[in-house]
Formats: sequence, C-alpha cells, structure tokens
Amino acid sequence: MPRAILEYGLASGNVGVVQLLGLCPLLAVSHSAVNALGLGLATLVALTLTNAAVAAIRHVTRRDVRIPAFVMIIAAVVTAVELAIRAWLPELHAVLGLFLPLIVTNCALMGRAEAYASRNSPLRAALDGFAIGLGFLWVLLLIGAVRELIGEGSLFAGAGRLLGLPGLELAATGYPGFLLAVLPVGAFLVLACLIALRQGWRLRRAAAA
Amino acid sequence: MTAAAREWLRSGAQLALTALLATALLAGAHALTRQRIVQAEHRAQRDALAIVIPRGRYDNDLVGDAVTVAAAPWLGQAQSTVHRARWRGREAALVLTATAPDGYAGAIGLLVAVDREGRVLGVRVSRHQETPGLGDAIESGRSDWITRFTGRSLANPDAARWAVRKDGGDFDQFAGATVTPRAVVRAVKRCLDFIARHGDALYAAAPGTTLRIDSAPDDFRPP
Repeated sequence: MPRAILEYGLASGNVGVVQLLGLCPLLAVSHSAVNALGLGLATLVALTLTNAAVAAIRHVTRRDVRIPAFVMIIAAVVTAVELAIRAWLPELHAVLGLFLPLIVTNCALMGRAEAYASRNSPLRAALDGFAIGLGFLWVLLLIGAVRELIGEGSLFAGAGRLLGLPGLELAATGYPGFLLAVLPVGAFLVLACLIALRQGWRLRRAAAA
Repeated sequence: MTAAAREWLRSGAQLALTALLATALLAGAHALTRQRIVQAEHRAQRDALAIVIPRGRYDNDLVGDAVTVAAAPWLGQAQSTVHRARWRGREAALVLTATAPDGYAGAIGLLVAVDREGRVLGVRVSRHQETPGLGDAIESGRSDWITRFTGRSLANPDAARWAVRKDGGDFDQFAGATVTPRAVVRAVKRCLDFIARHGDALYAAAPGTTLRIDSAPDDFRPP
C-alpha cells in the first residue's frame, strides 16, 4: 500500500505532468533551481500537514461543511509554513514572495484533502501528501534546473544565500545565456517537452506490451 | 427544536471548532516565529542599507534613525523612508528610498545614499521588472553599471550631462535598452536635487515623524 501511494504521487498520478494541477506556481517559480526547490519543499511540507490534519478531523466534519473546514485548515497550515520560512529563511521568503501564501490556492492541496485525506487514516493521508508533494517537487525542480541551465548556464545559483547550502552552487563561466528559457515562455516549453517525453515513453511501452 | 435546526447547529458547531483549531495553530506559529521575524527584518534592512553606505561612515542606529517623507514629485512614491547616518553626532549621509516611475516595465525601486556634501555614496535597485537580459543590467549582480553613480554629484557632471549618452549625457545606456537606464539616471538626479533643496529639513526632523514636502522639481509634470 505505501508503495502504491508513493508510485501514484511520483509517477502515475503526478500533479505536475499528469494531472497538470498547480501550474501557476509550477510555471512562475521555475526559472531557477533554488526557487523551485524552495517552493517545492514548502508545498511538500504544507501538503503533508494539511492531509494529516484533514484526515484527523474527518470523523467530526460532516459532508456539508467539509469544504469550508478544509479551506480553513489549509489556510492556517500554509500561513504557519510561511511564517516559519520568514523566520528561518528570510532571504528565500523575499525571493518567493507572494507564491508562498499562494500555496493555499494550489488545487493539489484541496484535491488531495477531498479525494484522499477525508477518507483515510492520518498516517496514510500524511504519506499520500508527502508522495504527491514529492511528485510536485521533482517536476518543479527538474523544470527549474533545465531552465536555469539553459538560460543562465548555472545550477542552484544563490543556494548559499537563500538556503544556506553554498555547496550546491555550480556555474559555467563565459556562458552567454539564453533569454527564452528564463522568460515565462521557457516554462511552458520545458513543461511541454517533459509531458511529450512521458507520453512518448508510455506509448512505446504500450506498443511493446 | 426541529430536526433541521439541530442539523444546522451541529454543522455550525463543527465549523466553529475547526476555526478554533486553525486559530490556535496560527497563534502558536505566530508566537514561535514573531521574534525571529522581527530580527530577520531588522537584519535584512541593515544589510540592504550597508550595501549603499559603507559601515565606516556612521556610528548611529541607521535602521532606527529614520523619517517618513511624503514628496511624491521628487521621489516617485507616495511615501519614502529616509535614514539619517551620523558620525559622532554630526550629520554624515542620507539614505533614501525612491522610485523611478518610468521604467520600461513599470516602476523601478531604488535605494540612494548621499553624503553631507551632496556626493552619491551608492545606488542600488531594490525591485524592478525590466526585461531579463536587457534592462536588468541595472541590477548590481548583472553588471557594474549602477556603481558608476558613486562619487557623482550635481556638479559632477553638470545638470545637462545628467543623462544617458543617447540624450547627450555622461551615463552609458545598454545595447537594446535605453528606457531603463534613462529612468534610473533621472530618478537619481531628482534625489540629488531634492536633497540639495530639502536636505537640512531631512536631517533635522525627529526620528519616526512624517515630513510633508509640497514643492516639486522644475520639470515636474503631474502624471
């Protein structure tokens, strides 16, 4: 069962490349690997916590008030996560800005609360939130890394300042840069390539079987 | 009580309970993070100021010794914060937040430090949405263009040459982007004019007060 939950979150039910949910942050924050990692981790934590909290109160929320109850819980958890980032990683908070509170509107959170957490035990719901969050994280991080690499010729630039992890930073010297990848268009192109690659792989596998 | 009323009450009670839970969570998170957030913001502000004004130029609490100034025609924003740097009690420099309203993609936020003699100590862009790869060379991380204001004053160069080269001035524009540097040069010049005219009042005002200044630059056109 845990295996199936992880597999669903990371691959077959991936919010980024399969369900195409939460595209606003996915496209807006993926111009550098560090930003992507930061928002991905914040979403991962928020999703795990909201799923667990929603599952914990599932017996005391009736069907007709469940949506407002979930909204309140999601808003409270995301705000708490945002406050924590502001306190301990203020530089990251300054860079991600509005996109941290906007995690509230990531439909993956509401979607998982309604589809999974409201029908399962808190432990399973937490695992599901973690898996879905990890699935979102890898797609966001991959797009961020590809765009930064093509656009700026660097990888994890600013990791030392923003995350306190200077060891991650890589930079090529003398790379002229490729503007398209950094502009919003680049996000759509990279995401499209990713989805196309996945579809191609699926079709080929289906043909072979 | 009718059955329907009981149902409503139960739903309401459940929602109230959830709201209570959410409030408790928020209050807890706030209590845990409040102090660190205040410290982090203070530190961030100090670090931002340290970029435009060398640490050795002042010995007062630069973050705390600030006034609010309402001088939109000069500084491009409804309210600006002005920090006063002092050295052994003597006036040493002013650090202003200003806005260049006429960037290529909207307003450009600036931090400008000017010493008592009217020389620029440093300028930095605090926020902008200029085109990546073109206008964003005003960022200190992209090029050293913004550092070329350092040491300039209203007499160096003279008023006519406080412009980009294309307009007959002393400041370089970028290949493919003139609007952005033009906006920044003009905004910095306006800051210098403003300090030349109202600098004494800025130094003299008590910390924490709001100063309203009704004059405007000579070439000011209301938007």
